[in-house]
Amino acid sequence: MAEERTHSAPREGSAPREGSAPREGSAPREGSAPREGSGPGGSRPPRPSGGRKFFRRKKVCKFCVEKIDAIPYRDVRLLQGFVAESGKIVPRRLTGVCTKHQRRVTRAIKQARNIALLPFAQRH
Amino acid sequence: MERKYEVMFILRPDVAPEEADKLIAGFQATIEKGNGKLVSNEKLGNRRLAYTVRKFNEGNYNLLTVEADGSLVAELERRLRVTEPVIKFITVRMDEEEKRIEKVRKLRSTRVKQSTLNAQAAQAAHATEAQAEQPAESPAPAAEATA
Repeated sequence: MAEERTHSAPREGSAPREGSAPREGSAPREGSAPREGSGPGGSRPPRPSGGRKFFRRKKVCKFCVEKIDAIPYRDVRLLQGFVAESGKIVPRRLTGVCTKHQRRVTRAIKQARNIALLPFAQRH
Repeated sequence: MERKYEVMFILRPDVAPEEADKLIAGFQATIEKGNGKLVSNEKLGNRRLAYTVRKFNEGNYNLLTVEADGSLVAELERRLRVTEPVIKFITVRMDEEEKRIEKVRKLRSTRVKQSTLNAQAAQAAHATEAQAEQPAESPAPAAEATA
């Protein structure tokens, strides 16, 4: 009986540690998990970690397709497509932009925020 | 070699247009004195600001394109900081960006020509293939009709 108690104590002590870290890490993913169910024919990987589709409908980078060269900070309408309603920059897995252009978009958005063309944050 | 900069600054919305022009002329004089060149001056007019700046919700946007070197830009920025009606400014260097765009455009134009060359070669090949196929095609539909 004493052994049971000693066994259970460390288990309780370590379980919250293990449980909390992945929970915090995957919480944002779980928050957007409902989108998985509504994905148009995307394969649903059964593993709980990651939990994303593989190649989200082969989404193409808007700038690569339309061959837009420059992304100026002055073009507010173009940049607003990459900014959420709260003012946050949208991650590229949602917009389908390639890395090169995402970096340029981010730089332009930050410049636009500095010159009050885009907000830093809006009421949510 | 001159560097190209874009200076966008916001004036208070309650300054008179003449005073705004006077300020811009003052900046232009600073640029000219420092051996720079003012390429263009764009007035974007009054716009709503995305957030409140110095208790203002609107601002008079102006964009200057300047060809100058770094020390002159530093001097211009100092003047902008000191000038009271200017509530915000940002300086962006544009010459590297323009060089890159030129390079990409040139590369793209050469690439296009090669693809048309390939298309021409393919068309020539198709023409010869079509000539070879025609005698082969006529017995095929005849065979299908009988079957």
